[in-house]
Amino acid sequence: MASEHTAKAFDVDLQELSRLVAEMGGLAERQIVDSVDALVRRDVALGRQVVALDVEIDKLQHQIEERAVLTIARRQPMAVDLREIVSSLRVATDLERIGDLAKNIGKRVGQLDGDFNPLKLIRGLQHMTTLVQSQVKSVLDAYAAHNLPAAMEVWKGDEEVDAICTSLFRELLTYMMEDPRNISFCIHLMFCAKNIERIGDHATNIAETVFYMIEGQQLQSPRPRGEPSNFAPVAPGN
Amino acid sequence: MNNLNVSVDLPQAPVGSLASVPAGPPKITVRDLNFYYGQSKALKSINLTLGLNRVTAFIGPSGCGKSTLLRIFNRMYDLYPGQRAEGQVLLDKSNILDPKLDLNLLRARVGMVFQKPTPFPMTIYENIAFGVRLYEKISKSEMDDRVEKALRGGALWEEVKDKLNASGLSLSGGQQQRLCIARTVAVRPEVILFDEPCSALDPISTAKIEELISELKEDYTIAIVTHNMQQAARVSDETAFMYLGELVEFDSTSKIFTSPSDRRTQDYITGRFG
Repeated sequence: MASEHTAKAFDVDLQELSRLVAEMGGLAERQIVDSVDALVRRDVALGRQVVALDVEIDKLQHQIEERAVLTIARRQPMAVDLREIVSSLRVATDLERIGDLAKNIGKRVGQLDGDFNPLKLIRGLQHMTTLVQSQVKSVLDAYAAHNLPAAMEVWKGDEEVDAICTSLFRELLTYMMEDPRNISFCIHLMFCAKNIERIGDHATNIAETVFYMIEGQQLQSPRPRGEPSNFAPVAPGN
Repeated sequence: MNNLNVSVDLPQAPVGSLASVPAGPPKITVRDLNFYYGQSKALKSINLTLGLNRVTAFIGPSGCGKSTLLRIFNRMYDLYPGQRAEGQVLLDKSNILDPKLDLNLLRARVGMVFQKPTPFPMTIYENIAFGVRLYEKISKSEMDDRVEKALRGGALWEEVKDKLNASGLSLSGGQQQRLCIARTVAVRPEVILFDEPCSALDPISTAKIEELISELKEDYTIAIVTHNMQQAARVSDETAFMYLGELVEFDSTSKIFTSPSDRRTQDYITGRFG
């Protein structure tokens, strides 16, 4: 990256913004893992902890906004500095949404009842979560390192997440049709899977922000997507 | 545009290239311009165009040659022996560097406003009338009209209309500078050159003059040299970044200040220079 500013305080401002985004990212990643853990193990206490911790993520977003606005007012940033500051605002917004999605999963833990524990579905959800968590981690590393190729790998990688989500939805449909007593649990799982898939989308948003930050223009191509998660009609008894 | 295989390093734009020509017809075209202070080469192979009715800003660190370049557009360097220009500078179709060119006529077509306000030690009225009289013979009532029009053109009329016989030197710094602008537009130039016009002024005067420049460009082609990058970003349509006598980058202002092509431009505008 380029050399330092003549005004050292400007570098300090930008580094602080980076640090705040990294802290927020770390927290969001933990929330993703904890929320699904709580769901899978039906750990109500952990679910509540995830919900409570979301406040910290929101606080960090506010801090980032304040810092960014102050830096813009003080420094009248141009070019790459301006794009970096705007990018930190965008990334903070995506991380805040990721936090909300994880919180919503945490909320559902307390609403699960019954003993229904379909291993295959749970494994599927865990697999998707691991993938998405890795996407979020990779894209935040790419953002911190200004690594465009790494960000673009994340951008392309969402296709796999979409595919797993679609496959999970089909499985869930099968289970629900098999036994109506499964419906409640499966609906919860479906929402959670959708939330995880949305977290994956936010990771690609961050990748697009990294592109903008480095290249100075918006990424124009449509992202490669997995099959849409719709329900293929299944005849009863199949 | 799908550009997933781009490299992260910013490319160096070719030096002296006509990187990006402004929209619309050119008013001044510079081709392969070299300039010398004695043996020392101060401008190296400059190529660019100033668009008609556009504002072009020149930015760069001290000593980069931006004021030198500006002073070629009205052959100010002719006042000093040992300074010479080579190449071509076309004002419409005439070559400004032609030794046979009538310099007084050139300087009527290409006006200049300097950093330090330079009102004549005369009344406000005479400051304006003096220049007009050099080129035209008009009646008193016509001259009154010209003076009023010029002072309106300099956004000064409302403040001085009741004291046209007061000395030009009695005005504040910002007003003096607007008087100089009024004086320049009185002779109906085609191009106005501003050499750091607001450096000596307070923020409010600066804002008024920037506003004035936005209005003036409807009728004139404007070139402005400025140390204030935010000012260049605010008032200009195109910006030229110069360094050590070279034109490093020349592009639309919005591109230069959001996403410049050359690393040197980026380092300068983000305050990483030196």
